[in-house]
Amino acid sequence: MSVLIYIDQAEGQIKKSSFEAASYGAKLAEQTGTTAEALVLGNVSDDLSALGKYGIKKVHHVADAQLDHLDAQLFIKVIAEAAAASQADIIVLSANVNGKAIAPGLSARLKSGLVAGAVALPDTSNGFVVKKGVFSGKAFANIRINSPIKIISLTPNAFTPVLGEGVAEVAPFTATIEAPKVKVTATNKVKGQIPLSEAELVISGGRGLKGPENWGMIEELAQLLGAATACSRAVADAHWRPHHEHVGQTGGSIAPNLYFAVGISGAIQHLAGVNRSKTIVVINKDPEAPFFKAADYGIVGDAFEVMPKIIEAVKKLKGK
Amino acid sequence: MKILVCISKTPDTTAKIAFADNNTKFAADGVQWIINPYDEWYALVRAIELKEKDPSTIIHLINVGGADADPIIRKALALGGDEAIRVNTDSTDSFTIASQIANVAREGGYELIFTGKETIDYNGSSIGGMVAELLDMPFVSLATKFELAGNMATITREIEGGEEVAEVNIPVVVSCQKGMAEQRIPNMKGIMGARTKPLKVVEPAAVEALTSIERFELPPAKAGVKLVSPDNPEELVRLLHEEAKLF
Ligand SMILES: Cc1cc2nc3c(=O)[nH]c(=O)nc-3n(C[C@H](O)[C@H](O)[C@H](O)COP(=O)(O)OP(=O)(O)OC[C@H]3O[C@@H](n4cnc5c(N)ncnc54)[C@H](O)[C@@H]3O)c2cc1C
Repeated sequence: MSVLIYIDQAEGQIKKSSFEAASYGAKLAEQTGTTAEALVLGNVSDDLSALGKYGIKKVHHVADAQLDHLDAQLFIKVIAEAAAASQADIIVLSANVNGKAIAPGLSARLKSGLVAGAVALPDTSNGFVVKKGVFSGKAFANIRINSPIKIISLTPNAFTPVLGEGVAEVAPFTATIEAPKVKVTATNKVKGQIPLSEAELVISGGRGLKGPENWGMIEELAQLLGAATACSRAVADAHWRPHHEHVGQTGGSIAPNLYFAVGISGAIQHLAGVNRSKTIVVINKDPEAPFFKAADYGIVGDAFEVMPKIIEAVKKLKGK
Repeated sequence: MKILVCISKTPDTTAKIAFADNNTKFAADGVQWIINPYDEWYALVRAIELKEKDPSTIIHLINVGGADADPIIRKALALGGDEAIRVNTDSTDSFTIASQIANVAREGGYELIFTGKETIDYNGSSIGGMVAELLDMPFVSLATKFELAGNMATITREIEGGEEVAEVNIPVVVSCQKGMAEQRIPNMKGIMGARTKPLKVVEPAAVEALTSIERFELPPAKAGVKLVSPDNPEELVRLLHEEAKLF
């Protein structure tokens, strides 16, 4: 028996969300008295034995260039083969963009129950019950998996990796690889920015900022703190900011350590995507703005007066 | 060409989230139901746009649910689509729902199957991927653009910090999100027409659920906001640094 963790990579580098999945899977192996093994697909430049620090004992690596880009159908077959070879009874992956493409098909292929978007380690005291977010962050559900093999996709930034000393054994894994049917022809990444889904700190702006020309202060604060930027739907709909920054019930759903909202009213649909953030800060000139009810810290004030002072104070703190 | 669009019924985005029967069921009393926004705004509207470009296209809608889903199915038909199929069973297990959809799709010979990127109630993001695997079709998730030329689909999908463009031959299953299309409001002609469009009810196949909901819980209430004077925003930075230790 083992816990098999699928490690997702892009351009040869392991994603942060996959380190979280590795550590979660290792903890789960400890909890169930088995070992944690990882599966890496495609060519990687990272040192795979370093996954041992996250508690992984063995890394199976399929270094085939056809697996550098995602074709869900193909990845599912390879993961299923590796799961059979390592006699995995639990499979863990991140519920990141690729995890969302792979986990459901893997569940259907193996006829094994999936909890998509877990936020905590399973309760294994009586069966196998996993907690996940439902109703767009407004509630949680504890889901029982009834099949012999269990599949869990872990919400990014919901589990803090525990680092140790280990070194993982890395072994090539030979899988049947068919030609991918989905062919990636282009990848466009916004350079030099932290992806919103992986960010620990997020600075976000709403319609209260009046227009796209006023985003300088959001971007400056984000840059100073190493934070990602986000916005409300109203802002994305007005094309002040790109769609991928839109968070909320019908946009991205995030759970950073800090969500810093400037000039956002905090409509229920907006809160749905951000209310799992560990600390929420709200800057709004309206004391009645609903966002204050969901906030940990706040300033009732004009963003145009408050933000420059905040930026100055952060600069001083960072010695800039 | 035949397109199948998967339609889910979800509580309105402003619905109060509460639970009944010892926290084992969603308290549905007084709740307004809507078409899951991702299914309606992106999957369905993009399918309608493809039909507008090629009028020979046939669009079928599918819902897995009880008779209480009929009003939202009619609303979807008012936006567009030629007929709807409802598989008459209630389930919260994604695999059960996906299996019912796959059974219908297998008979229907669809070249495109569209779903929303997730439902706003169970947030599983699972149905599309499961249906694709059950039908042995390729799956492209979180699509923000979809173009079709002959048999070749060019699909843009979200990745961390950007997007990826991929090509795939149809048939394909696609989960849709913002960017695919713009929300539409049904017009009078659509609403009148929807009344006479076929809504077929089929009985479910026997499928064993792989998961079950044990219990719901609400997040713990927030302790309350700590307000800092607008005259002293530096204090906020100090608190975030020293108390919350965020940076
Ligand atoms: C089905 C559905 C789904 C939706 N999904 C989403 C979603 O996913 N995400 C989302 O964000 N919204 C969503 N919405 C929209 C949501 O209801 C709100 O309309 C939207 O979030 C409002 O954006 P906002 O807070 O930026 O703008 P507004 O509501 O206009 O609020 C602006 C805020 O800025 C404050 N302000 C103004 N000037 C200043 C100043 N100088 N300094 C400081 N504060 C100032 C105001 O007091 C106000 O609170 C959805 C709506 C529906 C119906």
